[in-house]
Amino acid sequence: MIEGLFQLLMCQLVGTLLSQALHLPIPGPVAGMLFLLAILTVRRPGVEAPVMRAGGRILQDLPLLFIPAGVGLVTCLGLLRHQWLPIGAAMLLGWAAGLLGTVFASRGGLARNASDPDEGQ
Amino acid sequence: MHQFTTTPLFGVTLTIGAYGVAHRLWLRGGRHPLLTPVLVAIALVVAVLHVAGVGYADYLTGGDLLSFLLGPATVALAVPLHRAGPSIGRMLRPVLMAVLVGSTAAMATTVVVVRLCGGTPQLEATLAPKSATTPIAIVLASSTGGVAALAAVVTVLTGVLGAVAGPGLLRAVGIHDPRVRGLALGVASHGIGTSRALEEDPLAGAFAALAMALSGISTSLLMPGVLALLG
Repeated sequence: MIEGLFQLLMCQLVGTLLSQALHLPIPGPVAGMLFLLAILTVRRPGVEAPVMRAGGRILQDLPLLFIPAGVGLVTCLGLLRHQWLPIGAAMLLGWAAGLLGTVFASRGGLARNASDPDEGQ
Repeated sequence: MHQFTTTPLFGVTLTIGAYGVAHRLWLRGGRHPLLTPVLVAIALVVAVLHVAGVGYADYLTGGDLLSFLLGPATVALAVPLHRAGPSIGRMLRPVLMAVLVGSTAAMATTVVVVRLCGGTPQLEATLAPKSATTPIAIVLASSTGGVAALAAVVTVLTGVLGAVAGPGLLRAVGIHDPRVRGLALGVASHGIGTSRALEEDPLAGAFAALAMALSGISTSLLMPGVLALLG
């Protein structure tokens, strides 16, 4: 677990350094994810490798890590009270547009692949 | 009391405890969407802070320790992505297309709706990046004149919305393919949608993680353009 966590942190560190040095519009952790993906693709570790186990473990309770940001709600109560209509409506409709837009745009390419019997093994 | 609540121990214990309770409630309640653990846990923590008279800044002494782990957790999303690699690789082009359309639709609709409802340009910039992951949304909102704290909250709520209502809406429009379900949840509801997709199906989770990463990137690249076009 510790070794795997160390490897995750190292990837985040590398991602952050790359993102800053190259002025990428991608935050460090996301660059770190792409970096780890590249490593996994090249080295193909088994499911028992430390980074695979630590990664799987931390993702099991991912929602826990969003709670502190969500509790930040209490700092915005004034704004929320005055602007509840634009905030609420934009959240709901913007979210639905993103979801349905993705579904609509993936119709062509993905639907064709779905009927491919070799798919999903 | 104040000495106690300003130690990291308070915020960490409260958050993990609330999550544990919320998770149990969710299992007992037959995994009802309205009992989505992150939603219930946020409500529990807010209630405890209110009753105990503890400020958000004090709570964050511990809360920030957990938020810190969002970094390595985001990196860890490479693991399900790698496992699904073979089935994703052949579809990279349609996936890219879907993510571009989905994230642009989310941003443009948000900006237009804020304007129609009488919101300020500051509110438009705050809400526009809410489908990207929380760290990206905060950076984008503040760099375009939005309010960072509100951006964080609205982004988390957008994720919760995806976890609560996403599976139902997808079923209602007849989408059962785990890959499309994952993509849509990842694009529209970032990490929280992705953790919901992971619960549903590993393949859906992998596509959601990919969609989340790509939608974060496309939101970063396109948001200035979308704001300028609609501004």
